[in-house]
Amino acid sequence: MELGIYSFADVQRDPNSGTLGSTADAMRNLREAIALADAVGLDYFGVGEHHTYEMPASAGAVILASAASITKRIKLGSAVTVLSTDDPVRVYQQFATLDGLSNGRAEITAGRGSSTESFPLFGYSLNDYDELYAEKLDLLLKINESNPVTWRGKHRPPLENAWVVPRPERGHLPIWLGTGGNPHSSMRAGYLGLPISYGIIGGQPKRFAPLAELYRRAAREAGVPEANIKISVASPGFIGDDAKAAKDLWSRHWTALMASLGEIRGFAPPSRAQFDHDANRDGALFVGDPEEIAERIVALHKRLGHMRQFLQMDVGHLPQKEFLHAIELLGTKVKPLVDAELRVAGSYQEAVDVR
Amino acid sequence: MSGNSTRTVGILGAGQVGTALARQALKAAYEVLVATTRPPAEIELLVEVMAPGAKAVPADVAARASDLVILAVPLAKYRQLDPESLSGKITIDVMNYWAPTDGTLAEFEGNVSSSEVVQQYLRYTRLVRTLNHIGYHDVEEDALPAGHPERRALAVAGNDAEARATVAEFLDRLGYDAVDAGMLASARSFAIGTPIFEGHWQHDEMKRLLDAAAERSPVSLPS
Repeated sequence: MELGIYSFADVQRDPNSGTLGSTADAMRNLREAIALADAVGLDYFGVGEHHTYEMPASAGAVILASAASITKRIKLGSAVTVLSTDDPVRVYQQFATLDGLSNGRAEITAGRGSSTESFPLFGYSLNDYDELYAEKLDLLLKINESNPVTWRGKHRPPLENAWVVPRPERGHLPIWLGTGGNPHSSMRAGYLGLPISYGIIGGQPKRFAPLAELYRRAAREAGVPEANIKISVASPGFIGDDAKAAKDLWSRHWTALMASLGEIRGFAPPSRAQFDHDANRDGALFVGDPEEIAERIVALHKRLGHMRQFLQMDVGHLPQKEFLHAIELLGTKVKPLVDAELRVAGSYQEAVDVR
Repeated sequence: MSGNSTRTVGILGAGQVGTALARQALKAAYEVLVATTRPPAEIELLVEVMAPGAKAVPADVAARASDLVILAVPLAKYRQLDPESLSGKITIDVMNYWAPTDGTLAEFEGNVSSSEVVQQYLRYTRLVRTLNHIGYHDVEEDALPAGHPERRALAVAGNDAEARATVAEFLDRLGYDAVDAGMLASARSFAIGTPIFEGHWQHDEMKRLLDAAAERSPVSLPS
């Protein structure tokens, strides 16, 4: 099973002075984090497109390309690309370029994203969301399939035998569908034959089991080859040497994130009791010491059969020092525990087929 | 039609909310029909996996064949609901207006409950506002038997008293105490951003909150 990290380039606060760092700092901090993730043997790093001062990862492909030069093995992907407000040709060009620069490690996850700043920024109306998304996904997939490409749609000028370059050496880029809990998205990903990435930030992740089943059945019904039927899970989380200290520390940062989101979206941030409930056992927040987190990942794998889980740890201005240490623990402690446990449990393919 | 004769529940919308309500209604031993604007064959697999035991049907069948109809489509698509097939039916509006998801919809802006807009559009439906202030994953998890000391309460508003009573009985069978909030405009007091919306309440607390809200902004009868 693959383990990894995803980030929106959270701007950090200096733990001594308390002042917020710069968005430029955030770019360099993120690059440092990606380099470390690779060095400690993690499999994947996702950068999620965001356009706020606090989370300024607006140019994910650029960040990932910079990291490509100082990493060897880790896969580099968007988590997610807000496809509705971007141009599929541009997106493909950027990630195909990343793929060349990284010797074949680029991936795209197309999704909604958890915020909507890109709509007014690029002049789109949220009212058109569904149509924009469906159409742009269609074009992105066509570009991945054929070169040159011919295509027509409503929201973008047509293409007639257009060459989109560069091309990935392996022929195609992995393109994932990022989704929350909407059943229609699981069905669509299955019928389209796309690997699916569930972003689970609340409730109980195990309740995604029916969605995973829906996805797999839709894919099999559509005749999708087994190798293309893949599930990944994106979770908020944090790892520390001591479980209680990790939860105490990170609850402050998670609550800070929820408080600033809540101000915009009209909900109250969670109480510490609510956090504790979500940060344990069946909850959505993977916060704790390595043993506990490994156990919870394996337990979820029994339900969902996912081949990758990746954690978002840098939220609410978490200091770089804590972020890096958590990455180190994920790679050096959690991953070996998960691998060992899954070897004992039998082959991954068996676990998936049983469903 | 009295509340006791609700046997079949129709659900328009098969997203997170629609399918969660379908599952909970099935647990409460209702027959459940689920529809979207698509032909039923397109959602058969979805319904089978997400709400096993429910039946995928066309939207007009879900409306006509049901004793109670739940409106759980994305709010931006409310005009896809058919006023004619819902005429005279008791409908439950669970939809919330949230501009970041729905885009800005002028008719929902301002001090009006989204249900008032939906009621006006659906004209002759007997619309009841509830279930909008409970998260879809909580619908199954928070349900408790009648009489349980920690049972959660849900507010019920609508211009038709008999419809409110029918829906109250439905909520009770789902696992929730219903608190009558009176006329539809009272739904403003449990819209997004209100204390009722943001919390989990039991019966007496809910009643206090609704009474307090009514005192602050008394609503007039519908025109």
